[in-house]
Amino acid sequence: MNITVIVRQVPDLIEPVEIAASGTALDLSAATFIVNESDDHALEQALLLKEAHGGAVTVVAIDFGDIDNTLYAAAAKGADRIVKIAWQEDSPPAPQAAAARYAEVIREIQPDLVLVGIQAHDELDGVLAPRVAAELNLPYVGVIRGVKDAGGGVVSVCKEFPGAVMSRMKVRLPAVLGILGAEQPPRYVPVSRVRAAMKSVQFDQRDCTALETDTGVEIERFYFPEAAGRAEMFEGSAEEVAERIAVSLAEKGLLK
Amino acid sequence: MSVQDILVVVEIQRNAVAEVTLELLTAARGLAAASGGQVTALVLSADGAPYVAALAAADRIVLVNDPQLAEYSPEAYLAVLAHVVAAEQPRAVLVGSTSIGWDVAPTLSARLGVPLVLGCRGMKVDGNALHVTASVSSGKVLADVMVERRPAILMVLPGSFAAANEPGRAAVESKTSPVPLVPGAVEFEAMILPEAGDTDITQQEVLVGVGRGIQQQDNLELAEELAHALGGAVCASRPVVDQGWLPPTRQVGKSGMTVKPKLYLALGISGAPEHQEGMKGSSLIVAVNTDPKAPIFDIAHYGAQVDVLDLLPALTEAVKAKQTV
Repeated sequence: MNITVIVRQVPDLIEPVEIAASGTALDLSAATFIVNESDDHALEQALLLKEAHGGAVTVVAIDFGDIDNTLYAAAAKGADRIVKIAWQEDSPPAPQAAAARYAEVIREIQPDLVLVGIQAHDELDGVLAPRVAAELNLPYVGVIRGVKDAGGGVVSVCKEFPGAVMSRMKVRLPAVLGILGAEQPPRYVPVSRVRAAMKSVQFDQRDCTALETDTGVEIERFYFPEAAGRAEMFEGSAEEVAERIAVSLAEKGLLK
Repeated sequence: MSVQDILVVVEIQRNAVAEVTLELLTAARGLAAASGGQVTALVLSADGAPYVAALAAADRIVLVNDPQLAEYSPEAYLAVLAHVVAAEQPRAVLVGSTSIGWDVAPTLSARLGVPLVLGCRGMKVDGNALHVTASVSSGKVLADVMVERRPAILMVLPGSFAAANEPGRAAVESKTSPVPLVPGAVEFEAMILPEAGDTDITQQEVLVGVGRGIQQQDNLELAEELAHALGGAVCASRPVVDQGWLPPTRQVGKSGMTVKPKLYLALGISGAPEHQEGMKGSSLIVAVNTDPKAPIFDIAHYGAQVDVLDLLPALTEAVKAKQTV
């Protein structure tokens, strides 16, 4: 089975989030970028399918953030081919525009299956995975945790619902799946193998045509939420905080 | 249907109208009151009659009944939904930010070429403009956006509005699918329920919730020791379950369990809306996170800005000391 995976980079939310001077976007100038978590799971799922059933995994990415690191890591993990689409702007392309460009590349590749992370936390007015499916006119189902090759051009997928309930579905290929989680956590790849990939792997570079998009959604302002309520904060060392918490729990009769 | 009407896509979960649908009805009522439109609830199922009573807050209930809609399948849902929305041209279509919503809302937006806003928490109508407040970056930032083109597809975060429970007299229209439905490329096979045997976190009075701040699987032992001292159980936010460190039955939040314990300790959990959805009904919430802007502090009763790995052993000892007094 030949699989194409889209990977993106997003600001690491472990770091403080800042708002740009325009007031209508995130300030990405000081952001630390990491691979979008659900895209990382999509890659892992693709590699698991390849290892079980053969085929090839192609990773496609728009050149934004520290994407090269992610792409070399993907190659070190076992991706067979990397396609990098040029992008010069300071902010990532809107999902609609990005989907159109990804679709151009994927049409050339003609994979059996396209895997994309279900969500990127910076999406506001579009979702990439179903948008790519719409561009390619392929069937789509998302919030998938686990994909198995059922043979005969069909995959069996588990769609996650609340309460740890899953819906098992079969999907006739070609198709696009929005991945929430792989069957196992994304694999660790040693730095030495990533460095080796940096020396040996060549990216298939693509230009990016102008990406005009009108989502119909006009951003008026970004701002930090004002809490309706706020926790009573305990200050001090971990030991002092622990004592304050334990006292509070004891006072409320929660320690038996 | 008039151009000021609001369409609510009803979600059925385990043979009942989902709570989020009742919240969407409240949001829709607010928009319709301001615009002079009506609220239509659209039920896609094999037989929608049993769900009518729960949807009384709507002005109009449309039941599209078809065997192909007995279980959720994206292509059948979208075929009907796209037809109804294109035909009726409502001002806005409200969809829950749920497993089904994440399929149908963006795909409907793409197919019809109409605006989509994710993470909606608030909305109002002002003339031709629809003003929406949406959550970005896991709730760390809010965005105020304006949408003029119609219909706007709004994916609403569960828990953003009170559930509508007012009695009403909605007019009910029952019909077969307006488009022929046949099995497509995506076919439902079976529902898989969680395996019995693991701890049922929905029945625990004390939960020790861990998130990314736990850093690695070995550190879960520290949380287990605290949970044992408190007579509770360990649960987690999604990233921990995605890593395979705890089973899905221990996940709290949108795609996991909804819990309401007497005590919820949120340790190293930032408190994304999806997680809050599953635990904000807890009687007492104590949050510990190194990020002072973590949204979890907005709903916690007590908080502290320390490293959970430092706190966990100290808190276990402090709890044990109090219990022996």
